[in-house]
Amino acid sequence: MAIETGTETVKRGLAQMLKGGVIMDVVTAEHAKIAEDSGACAVMALERVPADIRASGGVARMSDPEVIQRIMDSVSIPVMAKVRIGHFVEAQILESMGVDYIDESEVLTPADVDHHISKWDFKVPFVCGCRDLGEALRRLGEGAAMIRTKGEAGTGDVVEAVRHMRSVMGEIRKLQNMPDDELMSEAKNLGAPFELLKETRELGRLPVVNFAAGGLATPADAALMMQLGADGVFVGSGIFKSEDPGPRAHAIVKAVTNYNDPAILAEVSRGLGTPMAGIAVTSIPKEEQLATRGW
Amino acid sequence: MITIGTLALQGDFAEHEAMLRRLNVNTRQVRSANDLTGIDGLILPGGESTTFCNLMQNFDLYEPLAAVVRSGVPTWGTCAGMIVLARHAGDLEFPTLGALDIEVSRNAYGRQVESFEADLSVAALGEPPFHGIFIRAPVVLSVGPGVNVLATVTGGSLRDSPVAVRQDTVMATSFHPELTNDERFHAYFLDIVREAGSSVGK
Repeated sequence: MAIETGTETVKRGLAQMLKGGVIMDVVTAEHAKIAEDSGACAVMALERVPADIRASGGVARMSDPEVIQRIMDSVSIPVMAKVRIGHFVEAQILESMGVDYIDESEVLTPADVDHHISKWDFKVPFVCGCRDLGEALRRLGEGAAMIRTKGEAGTGDVVEAVRHMRSVMGEIRKLQNMPDDELMSEAKNLGAPFELLKETRELGRLPVVNFAAGGLATPADAALMMQLGADGVFVGSGIFKSEDPGPRAHAIVKAVTNYNDPAILAEVSRGLGTPMAGIAVTSIPKEEQLATRGW
Repeated sequence: MITIGTLALQGDFAEHEAMLRRLNVNTRQVRSANDLTGIDGLILPGGESTTFCNLMQNFDLYEPLAAVVRSGVPTWGTCAGMIVLARHAGDLEFPTLGALDIEVSRNAYGRQVESFEADLSVAALGEPPFHGIFIRAPVVLSVGPGVNVLATVTGGSLRDSPVAVRQDTVMATSFHPELTNDERFHAYFLDIVREAGSSVGK
């Protein structure tokens, strides 16, 4: 019997298994356990959550493998970890450790301003951020198996997540009404690979799973992103920078499952304590916004 | 017309629904006990088993789901769904439904880089082989006397182990037919549903 590993199908397939779920940023094994016990479908192993990366400045890199290993050893759900944009050696290291998904992330300081990683070269699947459809399809062209809208990480302000999700979904709606003879010029305008654009038009959605990320802090934020068309959500600083992480994490999981049921959303939003303080995206100078990293 | 419920707490229930619609049956997403009323069959999809169990506990779904399976409504679990149906599931920190007399070990084929595809010969479906997509799949360690093994994976570094099993009206696969374009496993499940329906005089 021929056994094939690392195929596009199994890479994209794991993301399909995560749908309708919440992926949580964690920095310790204890956090990871709280996330798993709260119903997270996966965790993102980090040294610092984005809010702390933003506050401390400096160069943000792949986490210490020991931190990641401790988290992998503490939970049974999939473990993701971040590498710098273009830093394919950090990715090789994470692959060798058996990390389940790699996030080539704008939250870390880019290693290459022109080139993202050629993700086809890896057995481990990659998720990449996007602000619009063109960026999403460029990442797919490089071999990403999952997409997330970038939002603005570490802010607790959902406005950019909404902007990016509306942009992707709006462009897909526009594509669906577009005649064949306009498609090539649309590919040129978006900077998107033509074949992937055509596939997206036929499917009426991205060819891979698309999660929302960057600035979600409440159950209502998570449900908002689901109603806008996200397949699931990443919550970073929003959980472990809040007053009472466990109950908030659990509430966000329940909100994603029941995103269309306002009565349940009201119920799960009660008495969660103070959310992360946050920082309005409008107060951050453009050049300090993480979403502008990558292209 | 037949209505198939899909447990819609988390996971790839939409992929199952798309396949079921191609086979012209009604689908219903199950998030509460009320959603189980009147369904002819039930699918527990792929996803994360700890997330499923967590939400089943939270929304008081354990007993209603177990009751539906016990009442003879045909039920099929894929991957995480198989884990939830099993009698015993290794290190899972939640109870299972115990509807299927098998013992499984979670993620025992390895982490994601060991996820694999393999062609399976399935006598119940005939030729050609069915393309199995295994994603952090559970390994079936043992099956009880009343359980029929429908397919086995062999070769490579993998131990020979059952990957599709059936016990009366309860079926489980450790792989994901809903991620293929091959409708045969879903059609086979609908045959079980139709047989069960006619036997209670519907």
